[in-house]
Amino acid sequence: MAIAEQQTQGSSDRSWHSIVLQTLKRNDVSLIPYVPDRVLTPLIKNLHADPFFTTFATAREEEAVGIVSGAWMGGRRGAVLMQTSGFATLANVLASLAVPYQIPLIMFVSERGTLGEFNYGQSLVCRTMRPVLDSLALEHHTITRLDELEFIADRSIKQAVTTQAPVALILNPLLTGGKVFEK
Amino acid sequence: MNQELDNRNTKVMNRFDVTSRLIAKLRDEEAVIGGIGNTNFDLWAAGHRPQNFYMLGSMGLAFPIALGVALAQPDRRVFALEGDGSLLMQLGALSTIATLKPKNLTMIVMDNGIYQITGAQPTPAANVADIVAIAIGSGLANSAWAADEEDFERLVDDAMAASEPSLIAVRIDDKPGVGTTRRDPVQIRERFMHGLGVREPL
Repeated sequence: MAIAEQQTQGSSDRSWHSIVLQTLKRNDVSLIPYVPDRVLTPLIKNLHADPFFTTFATAREEEAVGIVSGAWMGGRRGAVLMQTSGFATLANVLASLAVPYQIPLIMFVSERGTLGEFNYGQSLVCRTMRPVLDSLALEHHTITRLDELEFIADRSIKQAVTTQAPVALILNPLLTGGKVFEK
Repeated sequence: MNQELDNRNTKVMNRFDVTSRLIAKLRDEEAVIGGIGNTNFDLWAAGHRPQNFYMLGSMGLAFPIALGVALAQPDRRVFALEGDGSLLMQLGALSTIATLKPKNLTMIVMDNGIYQITGAQPTPAANVADIVAIAIGSGLANSAWAADEEDFERLVDDAMAASEPSLIAVRIDDKPGVGTTRRDPVQIRERFMHGLGVREPL
Protein backbone atom coordinates (compact mmCIF):
# COMPACT_ATOMS: atom_id res chain seq x y z
CA MET A 1 0.00 0.00 0.00
CA ALA A 2 2.89 2.35 0.70
CA ILE A 3 4.08 1.77 -2.85
CA ALA A 4 0.65 2.56 -4.22
CA GLU A 5 0.44 5.80 -2.25
CA GLN A 6 3.85 6.84 -3.42
CA GLN A 7 2.84 6.19 -7.03
CA THR A 8 -0.27 8.33 -6.89
CA GLN A 9 1.87 11.34 -5.94
CA GLY A 10 2.73 11.48 -9.58
CA SER A 11 6.12 12.80 -10.54
CA SER A 12 8.45 9.84 -9.93
CA ASP A 13 9.79 8.21 -13.09
CA ARG A 14 8.96 4.82 -11.68
CA SER A 15 5.33 5.61 -10.93
CA TRP A 16 2.87 3.20 -12.54
CA HIS A 17 1.56 5.89 -14.88
CA SER A 18 5.02 6.93 -15.97
CA ILE A 19 5.85 3.31 -16.82
CA VAL A 20 2.62 2.97 -18.82
CA LEU A 21 3.34 6.20 -20.73
CA GLN A 22 6.92 5.22 -21.53
CA THR A 23 5.87 1.72 -22.58
CA LEU A 24 3.25 3.11 -24.94
CA LYS A 25 5.79 5.46 -26.46
CA ARG A 26 8.45 2.82 -26.85
CA ASN A 27 5.95 0.67 -28.76
CA ASP A 28 4.87 3.59 -30.96
CA VAL A 29 1.34 3.61 -29.54
CA SER A 30 0.41 7.24 -30.02
CA LEU A 31 -3.37 7.58 -30.35
CA ILE A 32 -5.07 7.53 -26.94
CA PRO A 33 -8.83 8.01 -26.76
CA TYR A 34 -10.24 7.56 -23.29
CA VAL A 35 -13.26 7.80 -21.05
CA PRO A 36 -11.84 9.21 -17.82
CA ASP A 37 -11.44 7.60 -14.43
CA ARG A 38 -10.19 9.12 -11.20
CA VAL A 39 -7.31 6.66 -10.85
CA LEU A 40 -6.19 7.25 -14.45
CA THR A 41 -6.04 11.03 -13.96
CA PRO A 42 -2.23 11.39 -13.65
CA LEU A 43 -1.71 9.16 -16.70
CA ILE A 44 -4.26 11.11 -18.74
CA LYS A 45 -2.74 14.42 -17.64
CA ASN A 46 0.77 13.37 -18.63
CA LEU A 47 -0.41 11.93 -21.96
CA HIS A 48 -2.09 15.23 -22.79
CA ALA A 49 1.13 17.07 -21.89
CA ASP A 50 3.29 14.92 -24.20
CA PRO A 51 3.06 15.95 -27.88
CA PHE A 52 4.03 12.44 -28.98
CA PHE A 53 0.50 11.38 -28.09
CA THR A 54 -2.86 12.40 -29.53
CA THR A 55 -4.97 12.13 -26.39
CA PHE A 56 -8.67 12.94 -26.23
CA ALA A 57 -11.91 12.03 -24.49
CA THR A 58 -14.69 10.15 -26.24
CA ALA A 59 -18.34 9.98 -25.23
CA ARG A 60 -18.37 6.18 -24.97
CA GLU A 61 -15.77 3.44 -24.74
CA GLU A 62 -16.99 1.65 -27.87
CA GLU A 63 -16.50 4.88 -29.80
CA ALA A 64 -12.87 4.84 -28.65
CA VAL A 65 -12.56 1.20 -29.77
CA GLY A 66 -13.89 2.18 -33.21
CA ILE A 67 -11.37 5.01 -33.46
CA VAL A 68 -8.29 2.95 -32.59
CA SER A 69 -9.52 0.14 -34.87
CA GLY A 70 -9.72 2.56 -37.79
CA ALA A 71 -6.35 4.02 -36.89
CA TRP A 72 -4.75 0.56 -36.80
CA MET A 73 -6.04 -0.20 -40.27
CA GLY A 74 -4.61 3.15 -41.37
CA GLY A 75 -1.21 2.27 -39.94
CA ARG A 76 -1.25 4.05 -36.60
CA ARG A 77 -1.25 2.33 -33.22
CA GLY A 78 -3.57 3.34 -30.40
CA ALA A 79 -4.79 2.25 -26.99
CA VAL A 80 -8.04 2.87 -25.11
CA LEU A 81 -8.14 3.91 -21.45
CA MET A 82 -11.27 3.21 -19.43
CA GLN A 83 -12.75 2.12 -16.13
CA THR A 84 -14.27 -1.28 -15.32
CA SER A 85 -17.80 0.01 -15.90
CA GLY A 86 -16.72 1.22 -19.32
CA PHE A 87 -15.38 -2.18 -20.25
CA ALA A 88 -18.82 -3.56 -19.45
CA THR A 89 -20.21 -1.66 -22.45
CA LEU A 90 -17.83 -3.33 -24.92
CA ALA A 91 -19.05 -6.91 -25.44
CA ASN A 92 -20.73 -6.10 -28.76
CA VAL A 93 -17.82 -4.22 -30.30
CA LEU A 94 -15.30 -6.81 -29.14
CA ALA A 95 -17.33 -9.65 -30.63
CA SER A 96 -18.31 -7.89 -33.86
CA LEU A 97 -15.27 -5.75 -34.68
CA ALA A 98 -12.04 -6.31 -32.76
CA VAL A 99 -12.06 -10.11 -32.64
CA PRO A 100 -13.51 -11.11 -36.05
CA TYR A 101 -11.52 -8.48 -37.95
CA GLN A 102 -8.37 -9.47 -36.02
CA ILE A 103 -7.53 -6.02 -34.69
CA PRO A 104 -4.84 -5.67 -32.00
CA LEU A 105 -6.99 -3.60 -29.69
CA ILE A 106 -4.98 -2.51 -26.65
CA MET A 107 -7.11 -1.73 -23.59
CA PHE A 108 -6.04 -0.37 -20.22
CA VAL A 109 -8.77 -0.84 -17.64
CA SER A 110 -8.61 0.87 -14.27
CA GLU A 111 -10.16 -1.70 -11.98
CA ARG A 112 -12.99 -0.54 -9.76
CA GLY A 113 -15.21 -2.86 -7.77
CA THR A 114 -12.65 -4.68 -5.66
CA LEU A 115 -10.21 -4.16 -2.74
CA GLY A 116 -12.14 -1.48 -0.94
CA GLU A 117 -14.96 -0.67 -3.34
CA PHE A 118 -17.68 1.45 -1.72
CA ASN A 119 -20.25 1.42 -4.53
CA TYR A 120 -22.21 -1.85 -4.78
CA GLY A 121 -22.92 -1.32 -8.47
CA GLN A 122 -19.22 -1.03 -9.22
CA SER A 123 -18.46 -4.27 -7.40
CA LEU A 124 -21.15 -6.05 -9.41
CA VAL A 125 -20.10 -4.71 -12.79
CA CYS A 126 -16.50 -5.67 -12.03
CA ARG A 127 -17.60 -9.31 -11.78
CA THR A 128 -18.78 -9.23 -15.40
CA MET A 129 -15.38 -8.18 -16.80
CA ARG A 130 -13.30 -11.35 -16.70
CA PRO A 131 -16.16 -13.66 -17.75
CA VAL A 132 -16.67 -11.47 -20.85
CA LEU A 133 -12.94 -11.54 -21.63
CA ASP A 134 -12.80 -15.29 -21.06
CA SER A 135 -15.93 -15.96 -23.13
CA LEU A 136 -14.10 -14.52 -26.16
CA ALA A 137 -10.82 -16.16 -25.14
CA LEU A 138 -9.19 -12.73 -25.02
CA GLU A 139 -5.74 -12.25 -23.56
CA HIS A 140 -5.91 -10.33 -20.30
CA HIS A 141 -3.64 -9.64 -17.35
CA THR A 142 -4.39 -8.16 -13.98
CA ILE A 143 -1.39 -6.08 -12.97
CA THR A 144 -0.87 -5.80 -9.21
CA ARG A 145 2.89 -5.16 -8.89
CA LEU A 146 4.96 -2.21 -10.00
CA ASP A 147 7.97 -4.40 -10.74
CA GLU A 148 5.93 -6.49 -13.19
CA LEU A 149 4.12 -3.66 -14.93
CA GLU A 150 6.65 -2.81 -17.61
CA PHE A 151 7.25 -6.44 -18.56
CA ILE A 152 3.55 -7.28 -18.78
CA ALA A 153 2.58 -4.11 -20.63
CA ASP A 154 5.48 -4.17 -23.07
CA ARG A 155 5.14 -7.87 -23.90
CA SER A 156 1.35 -7.66 -24.14
CA ILE A 157 1.44 -4.77 -26.60
CA LYS A 158 3.96 -6.62 -28.75
CA GLN A 159 1.91 -9.83 -28.59
CA ALA A 160 -1.30 -8.00 -29.53
CA VAL A 161 0.36 -6.49 -32.59
CA THR A 162 2.12 -9.64 -33.78
CA THR A 163 -0.83 -11.98 -33.19
CA GLN A 164 -3.41 -9.39 -34.32
CA ALA A 165 -5.51 -10.00 -31.23
CA PRO A 166 -6.92 -7.71 -28.54
CA VAL A 167 -5.47 -7.50 -25.05
CA ALA A 168 -6.87 -6.07 -21.83
CA LEU A 169 -4.45 -4.85 -19.16
CA ILE A 170 -6.33 -4.49 -15.90
CA LEU A 171 -4.73 -2.01 -13.52
CA ASN A 172 -5.52 -3.35 -10.06
CA PRO A 173 -5.76 -1.16 -6.91
CA LEU A 174 -2.67 -2.94 -5.58
CA LEU A 175 -0.78 -1.20 -8.40
CA THR A 176 -2.55 2.15 -8.57
CA GLY A 177 -3.87 2.66 -5.05
CA GLY A 178 -7.40 2.53 -6.43
CA LYS A 179 -10.20 4.84 -5.43
CA VAL A 180 -11.05 4.92 -1.75
CA PHE A 181 -14.06 6.02 0.26
CA GLU A 182 -13.32 9.52 1.47
CA LYS A 183 -16.16 10.43 3.84
CA MET B 1 -42.69 7.69 -46.68
CA ASN B 2 -43.97 9.38 -43.60
CA GLN B 3 -45.64 12.76 -43.74
CA GLU B 4 -43.18 14.70 -41.63
CA LEU B 5 -40.23 13.91 -43.83
CA ASP B 6 -42.21 14.88 -46.90
CA ASN B 7 -42.66 18.36 -45.47
CA ARG B 8 -38.95 19.03 -45.72
CA ASN B 9 -37.64 20.81 -48.74
CA THR B 10 -35.46 17.91 -49.81
CA LYS B 11 -35.98 15.22 -52.41
CA VAL B 12 -36.26 11.59 -51.38
CA MET B 13 -33.31 9.89 -53.06
CA ASN B 14 -32.05 6.31 -53.28
CA ARG B 15 -29.16 4.96 -51.26
CA PHE B 16 -27.59 2.91 -54.04
CA ASP B 17 -27.87 5.77 -56.51
CA VAL B 18 -26.35 8.29 -54.12
CA THR B 19 -23.59 5.87 -53.10
CA SER B 20 -22.76 5.21 -56.76
CA ARG B 21 -22.56 8.95 -57.39
CA LEU B 22 -20.08 9.29 -54.54
CA ILE B 23 -17.91 6.40 -55.72
CA ALA B 24 -17.85 7.80 -59.27
CA LYS B 25 -16.25 10.97 -57.92
CA LEU B 26 -13.35 9.25 -56.16
CA ARG B 27 -10.03 9.60 -57.99
CA ASP B 28 -7.37 9.53 -55.29
CA GLU B 29 -7.85 6.22 -53.47
CA GLU B 30 -10.08 7.87 -50.89
CA ALA B 31 -11.08 5.60 -48.01
CA VAL B 32 -14.78 4.80 -47.61
CA ILE B 33 -16.22 3.24 -44.44
CA GLY B 34 -19.62 1.61 -44.90
CA GLY B 35 -21.84 1.34 -41.80
CA ILE B 36 -23.68 -1.82 -40.83
CA GLY B 37 -26.44 -3.25 -43.05
CA ASN B 38 -27.87 -1.68 -46.16
CA THR B 39 -25.35 1.15 -46.08
CA ASN B 40 -22.42 -1.14 -46.77
CA PHE B 41 -24.48 -3.49 -48.94
CA ASP B 42 -24.98 -0.59 -51.33
CA LEU B 43 -21.33 0.40 -51.02
CA TRP B 44 -20.42 -3.16 -52.00
CA ALA B 45 -22.92 -3.11 -54.87
CA ALA B 46 -21.54 0.19 -56.14
CA GLY B 47 -18.33 -1.66 -56.95
CA HIS B 48 -15.74 -3.08 -54.59
CA ARG B 49 -12.61 -1.01 -54.11
CA PRO B 50 -9.69 -1.98 -51.86
CA GLN B 51 -10.15 1.34 -50.05
CA ASN B 52 -13.66 0.33 -48.91
CA PHE B 53 -14.21 -1.00 -45.41
CA TYR B 54 -17.42 -2.90 -44.73
CA MET B 55 -18.79 -3.23 -41.21
CA LEU B 56 -20.52 -6.46 -40.21
CA GLY B 57 -21.58 -5.39 -36.73
CA SER B 58 -20.75 -2.73 -34.15
CA MET B 59 -23.72 -0.60 -35.18
CA GLY B 60 -22.98 3.10 -34.97
CA LEU B 61 -19.22 2.97 -35.33
CA ALA B 62 -18.78 3.98 -38.98
CA PHE B 63 -17.89 7.57 -38.04
CA PRO B 64 -15.50 6.61 -35.21
CA ILE B 65 -13.73 4.06 -37.46
CA ALA B 66 -13.47 6.69 -40.20
CA LEU B 67 -12.12 9.19 -37.66
CA GLY B 68 -9.40 6.70 -36.75
CA VAL B 69 -8.44 6.26 -40.41
CA ALA B 70 -8.48 10.03 -40.91
CA LEU B 71 -6.18 10.57 -37.91
CA ALA B 72 -3.82 7.83 -39.08
CA GLN B 73 -3.63 9.13 -42.66
CA PRO B 74 -4.21 12.90 -42.62
CA ASP B 75 -3.29 13.24 -46.31
CA ARG B 76 -5.98 10.82 -47.50
CA ARG B 77 -9.62 11.85 -47.83
CA VAL B 78 -11.90 9.61 -45.77
CA PHE B 79 -15.65 9.17 -46.26
CA ALA B 80 -18.04 7.43 -43.90
CA LEU B 81 -21.50 6.25 -44.88
CA GLU B 82 -23.91 5.72 -42.00
CA GLY B 83 -27.62 5.12 -41.57
CA ASP B 84 -29.77 7.37 -39.40
CA GLY B 85 -30.58 4.53 -37.00
CA SER B 86 -26.89 3.72 -36.62
CA LEU B 87 -25.97 7.34 -36.01
CA LEU B 88 -28.57 7.55 -33.23
CA MET B 89 -26.58 4.88 -31.41
CA GLN B 90 -23.47 7.05 -31.24
CA LEU B 91 -24.40 10.73 -31.36
CA GLY B 92 -21.54 11.58 -29.00
CA ALA B 93 -19.10 10.73 -31.79
CA LEU B 94 -20.20 13.87 -33.63
CA SER B 95 -18.81 16.04 -30.83
CA THR B 96 -15.58 14.06 -30.68
CA ILE B 97 -15.11 14.70 -34.41
CA ALA B 98 -16.06 18.36 -34.01
CA THR B 99 -13.42 18.71 -31.29
CA LEU B 100 -10.64 17.00 -33.25
CA LYS B 101 -11.59 18.74 -36.54
CA PRO B 102 -9.96 16.30 -38.98
CA LYS B 103 -9.79 18.22 -42.22
CA ASN B 104 -9.99 15.07 -44.34
CA LEU B 105 -13.22 13.50 -43.03
CA THR B 106 -16.64 13.61 -44.69
CA MET B 107 -19.66 11.98 -43.06
CA ILE B 108 -22.71 11.00 -45.08
CA VAL B 109 -25.94 10.05 -43.34
CA MET B 110 -28.55 8.01 -45.21
CA ASP B 111 -31.80 9.00 -43.51
CA ASN B 112 -34.95 7.02 -44.22
CA GLY B 113 -36.35 7.33 -40.70
CA ILE B 114 -36.63 3.56 -40.39
CA TYR B 115 -34.72 0.45 -39.44
CA GLN B 116 -35.26 -0.90 -42.95
CA ILE B 117 -33.34 -4.13 -42.48
CA THR B 118 -35.22 -5.28 -39.39
CA GLY B 119 -38.71 -4.69 -40.77
CA ALA B 120 -38.92 -0.96 -41.45
CA GLN B 121 -39.82 0.09 -37.91
CA PRO B 122 -39.59 3.88 -37.49
CA THR B 123 -36.63 5.19 -35.50
CA PRO B 124 -37.37 7.19 -32.33
CA ALA B 125 -36.07 10.25 -34.19
CA ALA B 126 -38.12 9.78 -37.34
CA ASN B 127 -40.83 12.34 -36.69
CA VAL B 128 -39.18 14.66 -34.22
CA ALA B 129 -35.45 15.13 -34.82
CA ASP B 130 -33.35 16.67 -37.56
CA ILE B 131 -29.97 15.00 -38.22
CA VAL B 132 -28.36 18.16 -39.59
CA ALA B 133 -29.57 20.23 -36.63
CA ILE B 134 -28.12 17.58 -34.30
CA ALA B 135 -24.80 17.66 -36.16
CA ILE B 136 -24.61 21.46 -36.09
CA GLY B 137 -25.57 21.42 -32.42
CA SER B 138 -22.78 18.90 -31.83
CA GLY B 139 -20.25 21.35 -33.21
CA LEU B 140 -20.11 20.30 -36.87
CA ALA B 141 -20.86 23.65 -38.50
CA ASN B 142 -20.27 22.31 -42.00
CA SER B 143 -23.39 20.12 -42.08
CA ALA B 144 -26.17 20.26 -44.65
CA TRP B 145 -29.11 18.42 -46.18
CA ALA B 146 -28.70 17.48 -49.82
CA ALA B 147 -31.69 18.95 -51.68
CA ASP B 148 -31.40 16.50 -54.57
CA GLU B 149 -28.80 14.38 -56.37
CA GLU B 150 -27.16 17.34 -58.03
CA ASP B 151 -26.92 19.14 -54.71
CA PHE B 152 -25.45 16.00 -53.14
CA GLU B 153 -22.69 15.95 -55.74
CA ARG B 154 -22.03 19.64 -55.16
CA LEU B 155 -21.80 19.06 -51.39
CA VAL B 156 -19.36 16.19 -51.95
CA ASP B 157 -17.20 18.46 -54.12
CA ASP B 158 -17.29 21.11 -51.38
CA ALA B 159 -16.39 18.55 -48.73
CA MET B 160 -13.42 17.31 -50.76
CA ALA B 161 -12.07 20.86 -50.90
CA ALA B 162 -12.90 21.73 -47.29
CA SER B 163 -10.41 22.14 -44.47
CA GLU B 164 -12.81 20.97 -41.77
CA PRO B 165 -15.00 17.90 -41.34
CA SER B 166 -18.26 17.90 -43.31
CA LEU B 167 -21.55 16.12 -42.81
CA ILE B 168 -24.02 15.56 -45.63
CA ALA B 169 -27.47 14.20 -44.82
CA VAL B 170 -29.51 12.56 -47.56
CA ARG B 171 -33.16 11.67 -47.36
CA ILE B 172 -33.53 8.24 -48.90
CA ASP B 173 -36.39 5.91 -49.73
CA ASP B 174 -37.25 2.69 -47.93
CA LYS B 175 -35.60 0.34 -50.45
CA PRO B 176 -33.27 -2.39 -49.19
CA GLY B 177 -29.64 -2.55 -50.30
CA VAL B 178 -28.95 -3.73 -53.85
CA GLY B 179 -26.15 -6.20 -53.06
CA THR B 180 -24.89 -8.24 -50.13
CA THR B 181 -21.38 -7.79 -48.78
CA ARG B 182 -19.31 -10.97 -48.59
CA ARG B 183 -19.12 -11.54 -44.86
CA ASP B 184 -15.43 -12.29 -44.48
CA PRO B 185 -14.14 -9.86 -41.86
CA VAL B 186 -10.46 -10.84 -42.05
CA GLN B 187 -10.34 -10.46 -45.82
CA ILE B 188 -12.24 -7.19 -45.63
CA ARG B 189 -9.76 -5.79 -43.11
CA GLU B 190 -6.70 -7.12 -44.90
CA ARG B 191 -7.80 -5.82 -48.31
CA PHE B 192 -8.57 -2.46 -46.74
CA MET B 193 -5.06 -2.27 -45.26
CA HIS B 194 -3.59 -3.12 -48.67
CA GLY B 195 -5.80 -0.44 -50.20
CA LEU B 196 -4.51 2.12 -47.72
CA GLY B 197 -0.92 1.18 -48.43
CA VAL B 198 -0.32 -0.04 -44.90
CA ARG B 199 0.59 -3.57 -45.98
CA GLU B 200 1.58 -5.59 -49.01
CA PRO B 201 -0.24 -8.83 -49.82
CA LEU B 202 1.61 -12.02 -48.81
